[in-house]
Amino acid sequence: ILRQRFCHQRLPEKPMGIESQHKHLLELLRRTAVHGESNSVLIVGPRGSGKTMLLKCVLRDLLEVKDVNKNVLQVHLNGLLQTDDRIALKEITRQLNLENVVGDKVFGSFAENLAFLLEALKKGDRSSSRPVLFILDEFDLFAHHKNQTLLYNLLDVSQSAQAPVAVIGLTCRLDVLELLEKRVKSRFSHRQIHLLSSLSFRQYLDNVILQLSLPPDFADAKFFEEWNDSIKVLCKDKSVVDVLEKHYNSSKDFRSLHLLLVKEFFKNILQHNSSYNLCSFIPGLSVLELCLIIAMKHLSDIYEGEPFNFQMVHNEFKKFLQRKSQSIYNFDKPVVMKAFEHLQQLELIKSVDGSTGKIHKEYQLMKLMLDHNQIMEALQKYPQCPTDVKQWALSAFG
Amino acid sequence: MVRYFTRLRVRRVYKWDGTPSSFDRKLKTYFFDSLNISVEGQPGMTTVTPGQYVLIEGDNEDNPFVAKLLKFFGDESNQQKKALVQWFVRVCEVPHNKKKLLGRSPHPQEVFYYLGHTCDNEIDAESILNTVQVQYVPVDAPFPEPGIKDTLYVKLSWDTKTFKDLDPALMQDTPVPASTPPRLKPASPCSPPAAALVSLGSVGRKMPTPDPMVMRRAGSVSRTRGPVSASKAGNNEAESVHSAAKLSASKTLSTKRRGSSGVTPGVRKKLQLSIGDSPEKIMSRKDGLCELLDEEVDSEKALVTKLNSSPRSLHHGYSLSPVRSDHRPPNSLGGYPLKPTSIMLDRLSPTALGEQDFSRDMLLGMAPLILEDEVFEAGLPTGTAKTPKKRQATPRRKYFHEKATTPSRRKDSAMTAREPSLGVLAEEDSESSPMQLVVTSSRSKRKSAQLVASRIRKQLNLMGDAQELHSDDGDDDCFTPSKKDLHHSSEEDLEDEEVSKSEETAGKTTRGRLRRASTTPARTPRKPPSKKATPSTPRTPRTPRHATPSIPSRTLPARKPGNVLEEARARLHVSSVPESLPCREQEFQDIYNFVESKVMDGTGGCMYISGVPGTGKTATVHEVIRCLQHASDMDEIPTFRFVEINGMKMTDPHQAYVQILQKLTDQKATADHAAALLEKMFSNPAPKKETTVLLVDELDLLWTRKQNVMYNLFDWPTRRHARLVVLTIANTMDLPERIMINRVASRLGLTRMSFQPYSFKQLQQIITSRLNKVKAFEEDALQLVSRKVAALSGDARRCLDICRRATEICEHSAPQPSSTGLVGMSHVMEALDEMFSSSYITAIRCASVQEQLFLRAVLAEFRRLGLEEATFQQVFVQHRALCRVEGLQPLSVSEGLAVCQRLGACRLLLLEASRLDVLQRVRLNVSQDDVLYALKADRA
Repeated sequence: ILRQRFCHQRLPEKPMGIESQHKHLLELLRRTAVHGESNSVLIVGPRGSGKTMLLKCVLRDLLEVKDVNKNVLQVHLNGLLQTDDRIALKEITRQLNLENVVGDKVFGSFAENLAFLLEALKKGDRSSSRPVLFILDEFDLFAHHKNQTLLYNLLDVSQSAQAPVAVIGLTCRLDVLELLEKRVKSRFSHRQIHLLSSLSFRQYLDNVILQLSLPPDFADAKFFEEWNDSIKVLCKDKSVVDVLEKHYNSSKDFRSLHLLLVKEFFKNILQHNSSYNLCSFIPGLSVLELCLIIAMKHLSDIYEGEPFNFQMVHNEFKKFLQRKSQSIYNFDKPVVMKAFEHLQQLELIKSVDGSTGKIHKEYQLMKLMLDHNQIMEALQKYPQCPTDVKQWALSAFG
Repeated sequence: MVRYFTRLRVRRVYKWDGTPSSFDRKLKTYFFDSLNISVEGQPGMTTVTPGQYVLIEGDNEDNPFVAKLLKFFGDESNQQKKALVQWFVRVCEVPHNKKKLLGRSPHPQEVFYYLGHTCDNEIDAESILNTVQVQYVPVDAPFPEPGIKDTLYVKLSWDTKTFKDLDPALMQDTPVPASTPPRLKPASPCSPPAAALVSLGSVGRKMPTPDPMVMRRAGSVSRTRGPVSASKAGNNEAESVHSAAKLSASKTLSTKRRGSSGVTPGVRKKLQLSIGDSPEKIMSRKDGLCELLDEEVDSEKALVTKLNSSPRSLHHGYSLSPVRSDHRPPNSLGGYPLKPTSIMLDRLSPTALGEQDFSRDMLLGMAPLILEDEVFEAGLPTGTAKTPKKRQATPRRKYFHEKATTPSRRKDSAMTAREPSLGVLAEEDSESSPMQLVVTSSRSKRKSAQLVASRIRKQLNLMGDAQELHSDDGDDDCFTPSKKDLHHSSEEDLEDEEVSKSEETAGKTTRGRLRRASTTPARTPRKPPSKKATPSTPRTPRTPRHATPSIPSRTLPARKPGNVLEEARARLHVSSVPESLPCREQEFQDIYNFVESKVMDGTGGCMYISGVPGTGKTATVHEVIRCLQHASDMDEIPTFRFVEINGMKMTDPHQAYVQILQKLTDQKATADHAAALLEKMFSNPAPKKETTVLLVDELDLLWTRKQNVMYNLFDWPTRRHARLVVLTIANTMDLPERIMINRVASRLGLTRMSFQPYSFKQLQQIITSRLNKVKAFEEDALQLVSRKVAALSGDARRCLDICRRATEICEHSAPQPSSTGLVGMSHVMEALDEMFSSSYITAIRCASVQEQLFLRAVLAEFRRLGLEEATFQQVFVQHRALCRVEGLQPLSVSEGLAVCQRLGACRLLLLEASRLDVLQRVRLNVSQDDVLYALKADRA
C-alpha cells in the first residue's frame, strides 16, 4: 500500500493543505459542467507541489457527480508532448473524437485543421453542447508556440458565447502571465490558483506520519496497530527527525519526500540522499590527475577564476615537481596531456568556448568545474595520498 | 481552372437576329426578338430569345450568374447591345448568415428567384455566355435526383432577406419563350415540348426517375378528373374500361402511369377538349387498385359507386388523412429510424405486387400498351382527338419501365397504395364544390406541384376568383396528405374503420390546417431512406466531405442560474452579449456613419481602429454591423455582405485570402488561387454587386515581409468596382507607421479611430448596464473595482472577470450573518488581491529554508559584486557562509544546485543552461526589494 501511495499510483483521499484551492477549482469546473459557463484558470506551483494531484482529485470528485459524468469532455495536452500548435490541434481532434466526422478525409493543411476545430467549437452554444475541459500541462510551453494561436483561440472561445470550455493550465512558472501576448492575456480570466506549501515543520512531520500510517481498513488489524505505533515511535526518534528536518529545510516538496521515504523503508538505508556527487569521481583519479587538479586549483586561485590552458597547468605542475618531488616521477608531457584529456572527459574541466576544433589542444582555455571545498574534501578521502601532494594542495602558493 | 480560361478566351460574336421588333422613341432604343451568339472557331450558333434563361458572365468563373432574359434592346447605332434580365441567385451568392434561413441544405444546382432591388437589371448583352435550363420545382417537392448538368432548379425566391415560396406565376409570365429551349436541345429529355406547361411538363417528364410524389400527383389529377367525367359520361364507359383493366393488372398500372405521364403533355388540351377523356383512365386505375388490393372484381363496382359520389365515404377518406397526420408527428419526432422501417414494411407488399406487374409488363412489351390505347380509344367518346397524344405517351411510358425499373416499381407500388386515399380526397373536394370546381381543385393539386391557379383559369376560362380561392384551398389540403400516405399505405385496409371513427371530426378547414401544420415534419421522410436513417447519435450525420464538425451536444441541459449571484455572474461573463454598448456611443456612431455612407454610395473605403485589448473594438464593430443589417432588413440601406477574418485565427497571413473567399462564395481554393479570384472579383465590374464589409481583426498578424496581403486588402477598396469596405482592428495606434511600408500605409488612408481605455466611470457604467438591475453589488464595491482596473489597464474584460470572481467569493462566504447577500467591499478586495497581487512574495515566503537562504546568498553576492549577475559558484560560497551563521548544516554542492534549479523553475531566479554546472550564471527575476521584503516579513 505504501509503495502504491508513494509511487503516485493512487490519489490521496483528500488533498492536504490545499483544501481551499481544491474547493475553488471544483466549484469552477462544476459550473462549467453544469451551467455551461466558460472559464479559464491557471494552477501555479513549484514542481512537486501537487498541481496534477489537485487537478486529478478535482476531476475525480467532479465525475462522481452523476449528471456531470456523461456530460463533460476532457482534452489533456502536455506542453512537452504537443510541441507546436499543429500537433496540439491533431491531438485535440483525436481526443474529441471528431475523426468520425472527418472520416477518411486527410487533413491537408494546418490551417484547415484550425478552421475545422474552430468551427466545431463555434457550432455549439452555451446550453446545447457539452462542455469541454482543456487541460494544458506545462502551460508555459504553449506560450512559446508561434503567435500563441492555440492559446488565443482557446481563450477566445472561453470568452465568447460558443461551446462552453474550461481551460486549465498547469505550470510551475510564476511569471507565466508575462509570457502571454497582451491580447491573449486580456482574454485570460486571470484566475490563478497558487499551490505553495506553507507548512511548518510540525505539520510536515505530522504529514509524514500520516503518509506512513496504514489505513484503518487494513486487513490485519493487529499488524496495523503495531505498525502505526512503531511509526509514531520512529518519528520521535532523534535521528529520523534530524534527517527529516534537513530534508524539510532543503525543500518542502512532497514528491521528494516520498522518494526519500521509499528509500528509507524499502531499502532500509538511513543515509542522506546526496548520492550523486562530482566529488565521488576524485578518489578514482590517479595521482597524476589529482596533481593536475591541484595545479589548476592553484592557477585559478592566482588568477581569480580566469580560465587556463594546458600549458599553464603543465608549467605549474613542473614547478611543483622541481621543488619537492620526492615521491612523484617526472612524467612526460604526452602522459600529462593524456591525463588532462581524461579529466576533460570526466567533465571535471570544461573548455570555455565551444570551438574545440580550431585552437591547438594545449592552448585551449579550460575551466575547473570543481569547487575549492570539494577538492579539499576529496583530498581528505583520497586513499594513500602522497603527503607532499597534500601539502602542496594545502599550501597557499605553489 | 484551365478549362474556364480557355473557354473565356474564345471570342463570341453577338449579332441581333432579325430586325428590331419595336422602337422606343423616347429612349431611342430598338427592341429585338433574339440574339445570335456564335462562338468563333465552332460551327453552330446559339439563338437567345427573351424568356430564355441564360448564364451571364460574372466575377466568378465557376459559377456564372443566372438570369432570365426579358428584353433585348440596342441603341440606334447598334453599338451597344443591352438586355433586361431577371436575376436568379445561386446558393453561393446568398450571404452566409442568411443561408440558415433556408432551413435545409441547399441543392448544388439550386437557384433562387431574385427579388432584390439592389441589382441592375440591365446588362450588356455581350456578357451572355450561354443558355441554361431553369426549371421550377414546387416548394415541397424534392429536387430531381440526377440533375442534368445544365439544369438549375428554382424553388424559392430570395429578396435579400428572406426566402419565400416562389410564386409559379413569376416563372410563367413569359410562356412563349419558354418553349424555345427544346429547339436548342432537342435531345435532352428535359426539354419541355409543350410550351404552356413548361414547368409542369418538365417535372413530369424531365427526370427519368421522377419523384413518386410527382407521379402520384399527376396520376391523382387525372383520376380526380374521373368523377367529373364519370358523372358526365356515365358508368358505361367506366365499365368498359374495367374490362380492359381486368386484362391485366399491369396494364392498369401502366395506364395509370401513362396517365400520369401522358396527362402532363397534353393536360391543357385534354382539359379544354373535355374532361371526359380521363375517366376511363381513372377508372382503370381504380380498378387496378382494387385488383391489387382486394383481388376482387366486384369491388370495382363498389368503387365506382363510391366514385359516383357517396359523399359519406369520401368524407371518410378525407378525414382519414388528418388522423394520419396525427400519427405522423410522433413518428417523425420519435426518431428517424422508425420511419424507414415502416416505409420498408409498407413497401414490401406493394413491391411484390408491383414486381408481378412489372414482369408482365415486360413480357407483353409494347403490345399491351398499344392494346390499351386501343381499348381506350374504343371506349372513349373523344378518342380520336386523344389517340395521338396517348401514343406519344407510350414510348415515354416504356422508357419509364425500362430505365427506372426499381424506382418506378416503387413508385407503382406507392401509387397503388396511395391512390385510394388521394382519390378520395379529391373526390371529397369535388363533392363539396360544383363540378367545375372539382376540376380546379383536382388540378390545383397538380398545380401545387407546378402551376398557378391563374394559369388554370386561363386555360379553362371557367372559374371565377372565388373558385380560384377554393382551388388554392384544395391545393393545400391535398398536398399534405399525399405525403403522409407514403408511409401509411399499409393502413389502407384499416381505412374504413378509421373513417367511421373520424367521421365526426371537425370542419375541413381546420383539418386542412392541421395537416398543413404537420407537413413540415413530414417533409423529411420523403428523402431517400439512406438519408432518413439518421443515427440517433448526438453528432449530426453529414457526408464526410462537407463535414461541419460540432461538439457533441450535452446530454443534460445546462442549468439555469439559480439565485441573484448566479444570475449576476452569468451576466458578467464576457461572453454574454450586452443589450447595448455603453460608453462607446461616439465610436459607434463614427463607425456606423462611415460604413453606412460607404454602403449607401456603393463605394469602398478603409478604416483603422486601434486600442488596447479589452476596450470593445470588436464588440463595437459587431454592434455596428448588427445595426446596419437591421437597417438593411428594414430597407433603409442597400443590403451588404459581412465577412470577418481574424489574424489570430489563421495560421498564415495568406490564409486570409482563402477565408475571405470561402466566406464570400463558399468555395475552397489555395491561397494563391483565392487571391487571384478575389482580385478578379473586386476589380471587374459586375452587373449586380452588393457592398462587402470586411472586418479584419488583429491586423498586425497579417504582416508579411512583402506586405502583399495587407497591400491587397487595402488596395481593393480603392478599385472602382470593388464596393468593399475594410475595417481593420489592431492594438497599436501607430501600426500603419511602424510596420507598414509607405504604399500600404497610404492606401489605408487616414480614417483612423482609437479606442481609449475605459475610465473608471465608464467601467462602472458598463458593469451596471450589464447587471441590468440585478442587485448584486454594493455601490462602492463596484467603484473600487472600476477604479482599480481603470488605473491599471482599462480592460473591460478584466473588470468583468474580477466582478465575477467577487461574486464567487461572496457566494462561498454567504453563510456569514453579517453579509447582506450582496457583493461587498471585502469580497471585491479579495478578488482584486487574487488577481493583481504578485505571486512572487508569497512564493518566496513559502519556499523552504534552504531556498530562502539561497536567495539571501544571491542578494549578498550581488551586493558584494555590485552586479546583478553572479555565478553559482560565487553564490554558493555565500550560501555556505550563511548556513554557518544560521547554524544549519551546509549543503553539498549537488544539493545546492538542486535548490538553485528549483528556484529557477519557479522563475524566481533566471538561470543559464544547466550544463554549465557550477559556473552557470544566476540572476534574480524579482526585484531585490521584493525579496528582502518577503524574507524580512518571513523572519518576523
